[in-house]
Amino acid sequence: MTVDSNTTRALIETVARRVIASAGELTDLDRAIGDGDHGINMQRGFEAVLAQLDQLAVQGLGNALKGVGTTLVLKVGGASGPLYGTLFMALGKALPDEVTREQLADALALAVDAVKARGKSDIGQKTMLDVLGPVLAVLRDGGDDLPSRLRATAAAAASATVPMKAIRGRASFLGERSIGHMDPGARSSALMVEAVADVMEGRG
Amino acid sequence: MSGNVGIVIVSHSPDVARGTADMVRQMVGSEVPLGWCGGDPGGGLGTNVEAILAAIQAAWSEQGVAVLVDLGGAETNSEMAIEMLPEIRRGRVVVCNAPIVEGAVMAATEAASGAPLDAVRRTAEELTPG
Repeated sequence: MTVDSNTTRALIETVARRVIASAGELTDLDRAIGDGDHGINMQRGFEAVLAQLDQLAVQGLGNALKGVGTTLVLKVGGASGPLYGTLFMALGKALPDEVTREQLADALALAVDAVKARGKSDIGQKTMLDVLGPVLAVLRDGGDDLPSRLRATAAAAASATVPMKAIRGRASFLGERSIGHMDPGARSSALMVEAVADVMEGRG
Repeated sequence: MSGNVGIVIVSHSPDVARGTADMVRQMVGSEVPLGWCGGDPGGGLGTNVEAILAAIQAAWSEQGVAVLVDLGGAETNSEMAIEMLPEIRRGRVVVCNAPIVEGAVMAATEAASGAPLDAVRRTAEELTPG
């Protein structure tokens, strides 16, 4: 499919608005096992993205996502700035404007690897990767009802971080006490996947 | 002065960064180029890639720059900042795996002797157990 400027705009705007609308929830999750700034940091970053929406939307999908990434790196702060910035920049670098599901999966695979390298982390350590990994697997397999399965996978994967013990990030300082709370980065990743799935179904 | 390795201090707290810089200055005066930053882009506790880039610029030395960080986000943001430097400078900036206050003071003391970047980093990292 061709991702035109209207769809690019809808994708970026929907992701940004969903994250901003959930800033309070993300901060509460981060207060339980981190330093309590994830929501406010992500809100600041995505408000800066929305402020550039007009310019971003007309640049083509790849360049627009790179622009989102750069803005997140500079505006979010915390560890989530470079991590989400790297995710979007790597996606943008790999995505043409006319994109097949296979190309999208290839781009997400590269982006997930870039996030792993940036965070020196891997799947199973109670991070955003625990959502992005399963979402990538579903995207790779394709099939019917893809948006609804992506949405369900992301939500289930975020919930699956609750019993995990944190190995990376501030939550790892808590050791066993990080068990029993959803990872805030997993939750923010799930919000983004849900937003993309909604746009795919025309419900942005 | 530009002959010595520069030191950059990146803390989540501007007070910690400024205080650490004060301790470095007391040890080595102005013999070592020094930059510091602390706080997120909104002014709260956190770190900020733009401020880190500015601190690296302030402490720039042709001999290289050693960066001392506190908690995880400071390390991740410092690594991101280094990747955003012009290619010619990128390889001459290192993040030290060392405690921020002691590491900065020890690294600066070593840098003031004219030691190369590798030695400055090693001196700071000797403070890290294991």
